[in-house]
Amino acid sequence: MTDQQAQNKIKTEEYFINMGPQHPAAHGVLRLILTIDGEIIKNVEPDLGYIHRSIEKMCERDSYQQIVHLTDRMDYLSSHINNEAVCLTVEKGLEIEVSDRVKVIRTIIDELTRIASHCLWWGVMGMDLGALTTYFYAFRDREMINDIFEETCGARLTMNYNVPGGLMFDIHPNFVKRTKDFITHFKTKIPEYDRLLTGNVIFQKRTKGVGILTKEDAISFGVSGPTARGSGFSSDVRKHHPYSAYDRVNFKEILFTEGDTFARYQVRMMELWESVSIIEQLIDNIPEGETKAATKAVIKLPKGEFYQRVETARGELGVYINSTGNKNPYRVKFRSPGFSNLSVLNHISKDVLIGDLVATMASFDFVIPDIDR
Amino acid sequence: MNFTQMIIPLNITKTISDWIYSIMPETAASYTIMVIIAVAYLALFAVAGLYLVLLERKVAAWFQLRIGPNRVGPWGLLQTMADALKLVSKELTSTIKIDKFLYNLAPYFVIVSALMAMAVFPFSKQFQAFDINIGVFFLIAISSIGVIGILLAGWSSNNKYALIGAMRSGLQTISYELSVGLSILTMVLLTGTLQLSEIIEAQRTGGWLILQGHIPSIIAFMIFMIAGTAETNRAPFDLVEAESELGAGFHTEYSGMKFAYFFLAEFINMFIISSIAVVLFFGGWLSPFGITENIAWFPQVFWFIIKVLGLIFLMMWFRWTFPRLRVDQLLTLEWKYLLPLNLMNIVLMAIVIWLNWTI
Repeated sequence: MTDQQAQNKIKTEEYFINMGPQHPAAHGVLRLILTIDGEIIKNVEPDLGYIHRSIEKMCERDSYQQIVHLTDRMDYLSSHINNEAVCLTVEKGLEIEVSDRVKVIRTIIDELTRIASHCLWWGVMGMDLGALTTYFYAFRDREMINDIFEETCGARLTMNYNVPGGLMFDIHPNFVKRTKDFITHFKTKIPEYDRLLTGNVIFQKRTKGVGILTKEDAISFGVSGPTARGSGFSSDVRKHHPYSAYDRVNFKEILFTEGDTFARYQVRMMELWESVSIIEQLIDNIPEGETKAATKAVIKLPKGEFYQRVETARGELGVYINSTGNKNPYRVKFRSPGFSNLSVLNHISKDVLIGDLVATMASFDFVIPDIDR
Repeated sequence: MNFTQMIIPLNITKTISDWIYSIMPETAASYTIMVIIAVAYLALFAVAGLYLVLLERKVAAWFQLRIGPNRVGPWGLLQTMADALKLVSKELTSTIKIDKFLYNLAPYFVIVSALMAMAVFPFSKQFQAFDINIGVFFLIAISSIGVIGILLAGWSSNNKYALIGAMRSGLQTISYELSVGLSILTMVLLTGTLQLSEIIEAQRTGGWLILQGHIPSIIAFMIFMIAGTAETNRAPFDLVEAESELGAGFHTEYSGMKFAYFFLAEFINMFIISSIAVVLFFGGWLSPFGITENIAWFPQVFWFIIKVLGLIFLMMWFRWTFPRLRVDQLLTLEWKYLLPLNLMNIVLMAIVIWLNWTI
C-alpha cells in the first residue's frame, strides 16, 4: 500500500483544545483555542476578555492624577514605565518642563523596572521549557530590585511613583548606594544565567528556528519591542523618539535578524547588559533640583489631542488622550504592546508542535492584563 | 523453596520463621511467610518512596537557592508522611464521562508493576527475596508494564490533555525500551549471566563492570542513564506530564490516593533504574576496592543504598538543570543516535570480549 492509499484509508480528524484561561503556560487568563491534528497545531485563535476591566473607560471618569494609578494594572511588570507614559502625556499637554533630576531618576527606575521584568521573563521562559530552576535564580535578583523600589516609594510592584509634573517625593537616601550594589551584583549574575540556560544544547534545540517571524510580518502586524528587534525591525522608542534622559546616555539598540525564538531570547539577554550600562552612566551624577514641578490641584488639559509613546519591557506603549478642556479626559486610548504582539501569534504558529507554541509564547513575553486592559 | 534463607540473616527473622513453622503445618507456614515478606516489602518501599519524594524536594531546594521542607518534623522529615496522610484522606473525584473500570484500574497497574520489580532486588547477598536466574530480564519486563497503566489513565480519563500525555508516554517508553534493553544486553555479554547475584559476584574479582568493559561499558552506562531517565518519564524527558504544555498530562483527572500512586510509582521507578545501573555497572553490594570485605558485621546493604542514592542524585540533577525536549527531538535522539550507537556498542563489546581486552 502506498502512502497515499494509507492516508485515504485512515481517517483522521482535527480536534480543538482550550489552552487556558487556566493553563500553566498562559501566564494569566489568556485563552487560546487550538485546532490540533495529532500534536500539530493547525490554528491558534486567541480569545480575550477574561481580565477586561475597562481601564480606558474608567479613565474618562477619573482626573489626570488618578489615571496614573490605573495604568499600574495594565502591564504590571513595567508599572513605572506605564505611569511615566501617562505623566509625559499630561506634561506635554500642560507644557510643563520637568527638572533634570526627575528625568534622570525616572530613567534609572525605568531601566531597573526593565531589568526586573526581563528577569521574570527569563525565569518563566526557562520554566515553560521545563527548566524549573531558572525561576528561582531570576527571582533572587528581582527581589533586590523590588527592595530598592520598596524603600524609595513604598510599593514593590505597582509603583505609583510618578505624578504629572514629576515624582511623588524624592528618592530614599540609600537609593544610589543600593542601586550600585545591585548593579555590581547583577553583573556577576548575567553570565550565570547564560551558563544555566543559554548554552544548554536542549534549550538551543528547542528555540533555534522555532516560531520564525520575518521583518516584513513584524512591521505589518505592528509588533514592537524585543520581539520585533529579534526580527531586525529597529523599533526602540528610547532610541528613535527619546524621552526623559535617554537622549543623554549611550546605549545600543540590540538587533538580531534571525527572527526565531532564540533571537528574541538573545535580544532580551543583551538588553539586560544595556540597561545595566544605562544605569551605570546615570547613577553617579543625578543632578540636584526640584522633584516636582508646581501643578494645580485640579489639572485641566487644554482642548486637543495628545499622544506619547514609551518603550516598556514588552514594546511600544502609546498613550492617547483626547481632552475637551475638562478635569477629566474625553477619551483615553492605550496602544499596548502585548495586544499587537499577540496578533501575530497565529501567523507564525501554524503547523508546529505544541511544545513550539509554548516556546514561542514564552519568547513573546505576554502579560495578559496588558493585552486585555 | 525455603524462603527463610533469603531474607535478612538476623537471628530475629530466624526466630520468627522457626516459630511460625512450629505452630502450623509446613505448607501453611511457607505461605504465611511469603505474605509476611510481601507485606514487609510493601511497607518498606512505600516508606522508601515517600522519603525519595522528600529527598527530591530537598535536592530541588538546594539547586534552587531554597531551604525546602523544614516545618513538619526535624529537617522536614515528616513532611511527606503528612502529605501522604493528606492524600489518603482526600475525596476521590472524577469527571462524569470516564471509563470507570479502566480509570480505576490504571493507578494499580503503575504502582503494582513498580513494586513487583522490587522482588528481585539484590540488596545484599542474603537480602534478596527472589533470586531467579533471569533477574535482569524480569526487571526490564516488569518495569515496562507500567506504561500500560499510563496509557489506560490517559485513555479512560476522557480528557484531551491526558490523552496527548498518554500517547506521548506510549511512544516514549516503547522507543527508549530498546535502548534500555540493548545497553543491558551489552553488559550481559560481559557477564554471561542474567542472574543478578551472579552478575554482582562476577565483579568481586575483576573490578566493577564499568571498569572491566572499559569503553563499551562506559558508553552503555551513559545510554542506560539517558534511556532510564526517559523510561521513568522524568525531566528532561517528562513530556508525559509536561506541565507547561499539558497541565498535568496523563494524571490530570486523578485525585487523592490514585494520584499518589502515580506519584509514588515515579519515584520507585527511579529507584529501580538506579538499582539496575548499580548492579550492572557499579558492583551492587560490593564495597569499593573491597574495603569492608573482611568486616563481618558490616552491612552490605549500606554500599548498595549509597550507590543507588548517588545515581538517584544524578537523575535529580538532570531534572533540575535541563529544559525539556520536544516530542520529535525525543524520537530523533532515540532512533537516530542512541539506537545505532547502541547496536555498534554491542558489536564493540563482543569484539572486546573476543579479543580478551577486558581488564
